[in-house]
Amino acid sequence: MTKRRIVIRNQSAEANLFARRAFIAFAGVVLVLLILFGNIFSLQVDSFEKYKTRSNSNRIKLLPVAPNRGLITDRNGVLLADNKPVYSLEVIAEDVENLKESIAQVSQLLDINTERQEKFFKSLKQKRRFKPVELHSRLSDQQVALFSVNQHKFPGIFVNARLKRYYPFSDLTTHNLGYVARINRKDLNKLEREGKSDNYAATYGIGRLGIERYYEELLHGTIGHQEVEINNQGRVIRTLNYTPPVPGKDLKLTLDIELQMIAKRALSGHRGAIVAMDPRTGEILAMYSNPSYDGNLFVHGISSKDYKKLLNSKDLPLINRSVQGYPPASTVKPFLALTGLEENIVTEKTEIYDPGWYQLEGLPNRYRDWKLWGHGNVDLSKAIEQSCNTYFFDLAFKLGITRISNMMYQFGFGDYTGIDIHEESKGIMPSIAWKRARYNKPWYTGETLSVGIGQSYWTVTPLQLAQALTTLVNHGERKVPHLLKANSELVIESNGNTYHQITPTSYEPRPPLTLKKDKHWDVVLKAMHNTVQKVGATAYTPFKGVTYDASGKTGSAQVAGIKQDEKYDAESRTENERDNAMFIAFAPFDKPEIVVAVAIENVAKGGGATNAAPVAKQIMDQYFGDRVITSKTHQVATTLPLKAKTPSTIATTH
Amino acid sequence: MRSSGQDQQKSRSIWQRLHIDVPLLIGILALLFLGLFLVYSAGGQESAIVYRKIRSIGVALLGMFIIAQIPPLAYRKWAVPVFILGLLMLSSVLLFGHVGKGAQRWLDLGVIKFQPSEVMKLIVPIMIAWFVSQENLPVKISTVILAFILVLLPTLLIAKQPDLGTALLIASSGIFVIFLAGASWRLIGVCVGLASAFVPILWMFLMKDYQKQRVMTFLNPEQDPLGSGYHIIQSKIAIGSGGIQGKGWLQGTQSQLEFLPERHTDFIFSVFSEEFGLIGVAILLAVYLFVVMRGLWIAVNAQHAFTKLLAGSLTLTFFVYVFVNIGMVSGLLPVVGVPLPLVSYGGTSMVTLLLGFGILMAISTHRRFHV
Repeated sequence: MTKRRIVIRNQSAEANLFARRAFIAFAGVVLVLLILFGNIFSLQVDSFEKYKTRSNSNRIKLLPVAPNRGLITDRNGVLLADNKPVYSLEVIAEDVENLKESIAQVSQLLDINTERQEKFFKSLKQKRRFKPVELHSRLSDQQVALFSVNQHKFPGIFVNARLKRYYPFSDLTTHNLGYVARINRKDLNKLEREGKSDNYAATYGIGRLGIERYYEELLHGTIGHQEVEINNQGRVIRTLNYTPPVPGKDLKLTLDIELQMIAKRALSGHRGAIVAMDPRTGEILAMYSNPSYDGNLFVHGISSKDYKKLLNSKDLPLINRSVQGYPPASTVKPFLALTGLEENIVTEKTEIYDPGWYQLEGLPNRYRDWKLWGHGNVDLSKAIEQSCNTYFFDLAFKLGITRISNMMYQFGFGDYTGIDIHEESKGIMPSIAWKRARYNKPWYTGETLSVGIGQSYWTVTPLQLAQALTTLVNHGERKVPHLLKANSELVIESNGNTYHQITPTSYEPRPPLTLKKDKHWDVVLKAMHNTVQKVGATAYTPFKGVTYDASGKTGSAQVAGIKQDEKYDAESRTENERDNAMFIAFAPFDKPEIVVAVAIENVAKGGGATNAAPVAKQIMDQYFGDRVITSKTHQVATTLPLKAKTPSTIATTH
Repeated sequence: MRSSGQDQQKSRSIWQRLHIDVPLLIGILALLFLGLFLVYSAGGQESAIVYRKIRSIGVALLGMFIIAQIPPLAYRKWAVPVFILGLLMLSSVLLFGHVGKGAQRWLDLGVIKFQPSEVMKLIVPIMIAWFVSQENLPVKISTVILAFILVLLPTLLIAKQPDLGTALLIASSGIFVIFLAGASWRLIGVCVGLASAFVPILWMFLMKDYQKQRVMTFLNPEQDPLGSGYHIIQSKIAIGSGGIQGKGWLQGTQSQLEFLPERHTDFIFSVFSEEFGLIGVAILLAVYLFVVMRGLWIAVNAQHAFTKLLAGSLTLTFFVYVFVNIGMVSGLLPVVGVPLPLVSYGGTSMVTLLLGFGILMAISTHRRFHV
């Protein structure tokens, strides 16, 4: 209710005041109208002749011309994203004498189905006069040829060519390249806000994901203009002036498409991802997520049926798994071991006894090792070689979650790697503060133990694993993983010479990670070397016989919880509950040229060694070819040390 | 429903009982009718676009009729809460506008658009009229300052969207109330002085590059005849070449050959001038003048300060549309997106305008029975 205030109103004085003001306003209105009218009068009467002449000679129109989008190649110059002409059949209805008959004839000639014809007549009603309407959006080469021969019979019907994006390797590169899709209203609003809409006036598509999105600005180029003369029907007679568009820059990626193909083949039949990177530079050599999908579908506008199929597939092909979080499992043990050394919790020689389980004092819970009867006496190297859980339960308990997560942040876990695509996930590096913020609950010691074997809340992306391994093999020197190697621009000199001006891309990593003792790096790296090279170590079998001196670490991540003392059995579990297989590797040992991270979801049998390690091996086989490399700095003992009582059964899991 | 004396009941015509102000209605219908012909010509002679306009005219007229049934003094009760709600909506538009970067683009299909800034075109004059009419007129300086702040809040929020046209209309609707409420001439002089001092600041710090570009274009369109000055030059050629008699309906080459930009929305006046000439322009301006006169007549005859101020402000704001639109397409003002009221194609602005006229009609027809 309105507040009642007692205002003694002088009604007539108010009315008079208002009437005076209203009259003044009215006078203002009349004055403004006179000004407007005077201005129109001067345009239409005084300058009539001038504007009439200009209107009659107004035959010049400015048409925007879209720039060609930059091409994308792999590191060896193999074309990954091309611009291909797409031919459409278009009709200017006003120029066709007998529209129905002509359409029927041309449809018969080119075998255009009735559905398209109906669609044409429907869209005809909504178009402006003298504007072409599409009868067929993608003519085949034969259809184009056939029509060209018969064109004289069909005035007003013509073939129009447009450049559209084409990805020759289809699903092999989609997760990296993304795709170009038709500019929608939301894109338009964004371009408008950023003041770029003029530059897109003639452009068909815009980068939607991956490289195409990240480097949209480089790839797009600058619009050109065509000044054309038109006749009194509005049709173009000739071009008067032409400002050519500046094509977008060509991008050269770090990917090696052959390696990428091997990655796809190695992952076929699995859900998972591979990242292969050059630790010397951070260049990504291969990055593939399986299953993938064909980006070309989106270029032409995906049908809702196809889109639904992709969206509803339980294999989630739209997700780029190389940048999605997985429980890292035992692959992070080398990093944890390094943390133990650095924090003086263990030395290279510290041994523990593993009876097959670990128990916190005063608590009934037993944390089981994967090996029922235990590994016996275990030192740091053996703990990594055999992936001994008990050793790392103990280490994690002594370190505590804070020291672990602080060190893991140093390796980039729980943060963006900075790769040049926008789809990256941060993963989760759990900590006390994180759990408080996320669940509003305190941290439990038992969770620290799980973190010790790369489980609990901890998730990492295959890309993060590759990056962390890079830091490890580089003794702390960090690299930013990246896909863009260089961009090039066609320069035309005044004398007519042309050349490609190549601008390499540079990346600024965080400052190096320094340890108190530099030799700690080697302790851990040697243990990883042993893991692959030593008979009986967890990754020995899959790499048996290779010549490039590989090192690595396996991992098998539990996806579903297993009850106390319950034994895991893959066959008794539904597919989604089966373990994930993980593997990280680098080679050669002395001067690493390649690091590989592999994640495979829900494997039927075995773990990282049997499922993920062979995948990494195929990548490395392809990379090294016939090269034979042996380490000069670290000799692997050919037999197991005597004190290990374990018989030489070959471990197939973990 | 308020009871009224029997003899008064008898004297009321059917139109008054329906709360329709006939002269105003005639002016409005004339403009709407003209709009249909022009949109057909400007929109490439498609009937579909005309049907769509007829449909939105129908909806808007119905809205006007419903609004006219509400006794205008009832608005006072709701002025404050609705004003606050409007401000909240404007701020949420600003905040929400930045979220759109998320990863959910896949599912982003149908979007329902709602423009709080349109509603504010009615809320602001109601709010300011209520606020100012609390006291005896003429307004005191302190009231004027507070009222200015109330106008400034929504104006800035809308200018930030950025929607300069709407911000301008809303600011003027508030300022008109203050002016009509009898703010002293000295105060008006000071405000004009301050505003002109503000212009350089606006130019240097607040305007974006593309906005500056628009002003530069306005000052000298021939400098870049095929670039950004193109629209204004083409519009002036269209108007000028119409001459006294015009080229005839559907015969304007500038419009039909698509030299003119945004023919059926902001630049529809250019189409009109080209096809109907100076005679047509004179008639159109006369119709607008008639509508404004009727609106001010209703305001002067309203019996309460609140309704007087509200009716006056709505009428004068309507005229601002006319002034800004015609001024901009004929090269007197820089290009800001303001439609030619009731004639341009575009549903939202027409609905708001007709709702405003609904309020005017309510003020005109309810006034005799309740003070």
